[in-house]
Amino acid sequence: MAEFVDPLLFVEPLLILVLAINFVALGASRIRTVINAVAFQGVLLGVFPFLIHSEIGLRGVVLMAITMALKGYGIPWYLLRAMRTAEIQHEDKPVISYMASLLLGAVGTGLAMEFSSTLPLHEDHSHMLLVPASLATVWTGFLMLTTRHKAIMQVLGYLMLENGIFLFGLLLLEDLPLLVELGVLLDLFTGVFVMVIIIHHLNREFSSMSTEHLSALKE
Amino acid sequence: MSERLVLIGIVIAAVSGFPGLFLSRHSTLGQWLSTALAVIGSAVGLSSVGVFWAAGDSQPIVRPWAIPGGEFHVAMDGLSALFLVPIFLVSLLGCVYGLGYWKQAEHPDNGRKLRLFYGLLPAGMALLVIARNSILFMVGWEVMALSAFFLVTTEDHDRAVRETGWIYLVATKVATVSLFALFGLLHAVNGSFKLEPLNEANLTPGITTAIFVFMLIGFGIKAGIMPFHVWLPSSHAIAPSHVSAIMSGVIIKMGIYGILRITSLVPHPPVAWGGIVLVLGTISGVLGVAFAVGQHDLKRLLAYHSIENIGIIVMGIGLALLGRSLGRDEWVILGMSGALLHVWNHALFKALLFLSAGSVIHAVHTREIDHLGGLAKRMPLTALCFVVGAVAICGLPPLNGFVSEFLIYLGLFGTLGVEGKSSFAEAAFAAPALALIGALAVACFVKVFGAVFLGTARSEHASHAHESPPSMIAAMSVLVACCFFIGLAPFAVAPVLEQAVSAWAPSLGESRQGLLTLAPLDSISVMALVLVAGLAVTSGLLWLRLRNSVVETGPTWGCGFTAPTARMQYTSSSFAEMLVGLFGWALRPRIHRVKVTALLPQPTDFHSHVPDPVLDELVLPTFRFSAWLFSWFRVFQQGRIQAYLLYIFVALVALLLWR
Repeated sequence: MAEFVDPLLFVEPLLILVLAINFVALGASRIRTVINAVAFQGVLLGVFPFLIHSEIGLRGVVLMAITMALKGYGIPWYLLRAMRTAEIQHEDKPVISYMASLLLGAVGTGLAMEFSSTLPLHEDHSHMLLVPASLATVWTGFLMLTTRHKAIMQVLGYLMLENGIFLFGLLLLEDLPLLVELGVLLDLFTGVFVMVIIIHHLNREFSSMSTEHLSALKE
Repeated sequence: MSERLVLIGIVIAAVSGFPGLFLSRHSTLGQWLSTALAVIGSAVGLSSVGVFWAAGDSQPIVRPWAIPGGEFHVAMDGLSALFLVPIFLVSLLGCVYGLGYWKQAEHPDNGRKLRLFYGLLPAGMALLVIARNSILFMVGWEVMALSAFFLVTTEDHDRAVRETGWIYLVATKVATVSLFALFGLLHAVNGSFKLEPLNEANLTPGITTAIFVFMLIGFGIKAGIMPFHVWLPSSHAIAPSHVSAIMSGVIIKMGIYGILRITSLVPHPPVAWGGIVLVLGTISGVLGVAFAVGQHDLKRLLAYHSIENIGIIVMGIGLALLGRSLGRDEWVILGMSGALLHVWNHALFKALLFLSAGSVIHAVHTREIDHLGGLAKRMPLTALCFVVGAVAICGLPPLNGFVSEFLIYLGLFGTLGVEGKSSFAEAAFAAPALALIGALAVACFVKVFGAVFLGTARSEHASHAHESPPSMIAAMSVLVACCFFIGLAPFAVAPVLEQAVSAWAPSLGESRQGLLTLAPLDSISVMALVLVAGLAVTSGLLWLRLRNSVVETGPTWGCGFTAPTARMQYTSSSFAEMLVGLFGWALRPRIHRVKVTALLPQPTDFHSHVPDPVLDELVLPTFRFSAWLFSWFRVFQQGRIQAYLLYIFVALVALLLWR
């Protein structure tokens, strides 16, 4: 069957889906929604290597499986648990309104499209949405990191940032070097782990998850 | 051989304070152990210098070293040997003095710390003096600078001590940064960090000037040349006295050593170098002593005299540099011999003065001159030591200060010009300045000795003072003997000086004139002996006369009053009032005076003090301004994670869009 249907055909629609998820994450105030969206995005991204690189060895398959399991199940489960222990459901007061976030997200996505057309890319990639989608996802991740107060939302922003970097990495790496991807995964996992611990402590100390309170610790 | 010995001495001195760290803070064993080790280390170091003088040759030790650009390269030459003597001698005597002055039993909190760094300090200095690689030099330099910081802040429970420590630390770090730049430049010229004569092919005027400027700043701060002296007065005042002695006697000389070592590497120093150095020396000398006259704090006063004496040394160096630029060997020999001998002399008499001042402080527990008085009766030995140091520092015969200043005078008069030879008559103006320095120093020490040791006691403590323990007196007596030795037999040190001068200026050549042909050192010796004999005869006669007659005692300066009080004596500020007024344009004294108008005035008060204008009106305001400037950056330091992430993001976007 694979000879008849070029897998690359699926890439563009899936990338559009990734972009759509960005907007879902930006517009949602329910934390559970955002966790699910980011998890779904992570799983989606795991599919891309199979589509873009036709020859992918057993090692790649195992690696992708681990990535998808971790991003789609492990981390979301961990975050949901943190959410339950901290007893919060919503991001109450983002720094800017949800509407403004969405608007900024749209502007950023447009700029990413514009910017990537100026990049000196390999011609195989220049027509693809891959670069703009990765830049837009990074932008979204940063937006969430900087405009949300709840620590858990920042963890999610961080995850999204990593998703964007992962997308960009697909371009550069003909077949994924094991060490690089493992390194990124480990980094990600520790990052989330540490941040969840911080969330717990924040919650215990200040009865809130807002990172605003951390400024009380500055000298 | 001598290099090995000096390295052994360095190691012993460096570890001398460690055994005490493992003993109880109340144990006196540690104090004895560390003093014994430090004395052994210093003695080994001194014997290495003796071996070098006897053998006259050096066998450099070169070992590879893991540090990039570094090489463990040590060697001895005349200059190194000359500077090693005060390093080991003053630290040895300081350790002995410390046995009585800073007893472990009386200072359980900081005694061990003091002894640890008192051992590391000479080790660092000796290392930098024999280093022939600039990285090794910097290692020694930093060991010295940091040990001195911990020594200055020995009593760190006191707020004033901590603040002074900060000023010292900032100053010494500025010097270090400047030295990094200097050695970087030398590396650019020579292509290695070896301290070797500079390759003339790579020396552009710009690089030469930059080397000069960084050398002056880096070493000038350490030496305390005005206007780089800001750290010096308060650090010397606040440190324990035997630390002040080694700081004033030896540490600031490391700045002088640095200037000498670097200038010796420059093949043809421009004439401007000598001129600028001479002018800086003159300014330091005159203003140093003028500030000293205005001080009320005994040790602060002595500290300003260090600036004055550094000025005299720098004047000699300036003269020698001029001599090298203009090819006048006799200026080089006289100027450099005078400067180097004054390095020794100042180490001896200033250490003696600080140790005597420490003896006073040990007895009376104050540095305030106006709270002392009449101590000569209660502490005769300390008074005797102090008066010897005072006569020496004023440059009066028959003591050592006279000899070195005399050499510089001779050299300065030589600049007036001889038919057919290049001259630099402007330099001769430094000679009257040197005379002015001498005169002011005499005035200042008359004031100090009069106020501290003569008259009647001005405070309860001063009237119950007691003589210091033998260990302190012994250390001071050795210095007294050294002062007399150089003063009475200056020809004995001439070979050592000649060796050091030729190490500094190898271009002097074989046909150079000897120091003894240029300066009448043997006549100085004869005249000094005559003077001593005259003094001895006169005092003997006086003593005989007094013994056979009735002596009536009464309060000094009673002036016939029936009920004189101690407050009727000259104070340190009233004695110096005229001189402070004359130098008011530079000293800017702060005087609080109420004008008395009524016939029967209300009780009022008067006080005056002379702060350091460079520190108070230049350095501190600059620092305050920069602190205010940097406070604007606190706007960015919100303590909010979101804001910090935004900075990263903005930086990333800027980098993406850049180009």
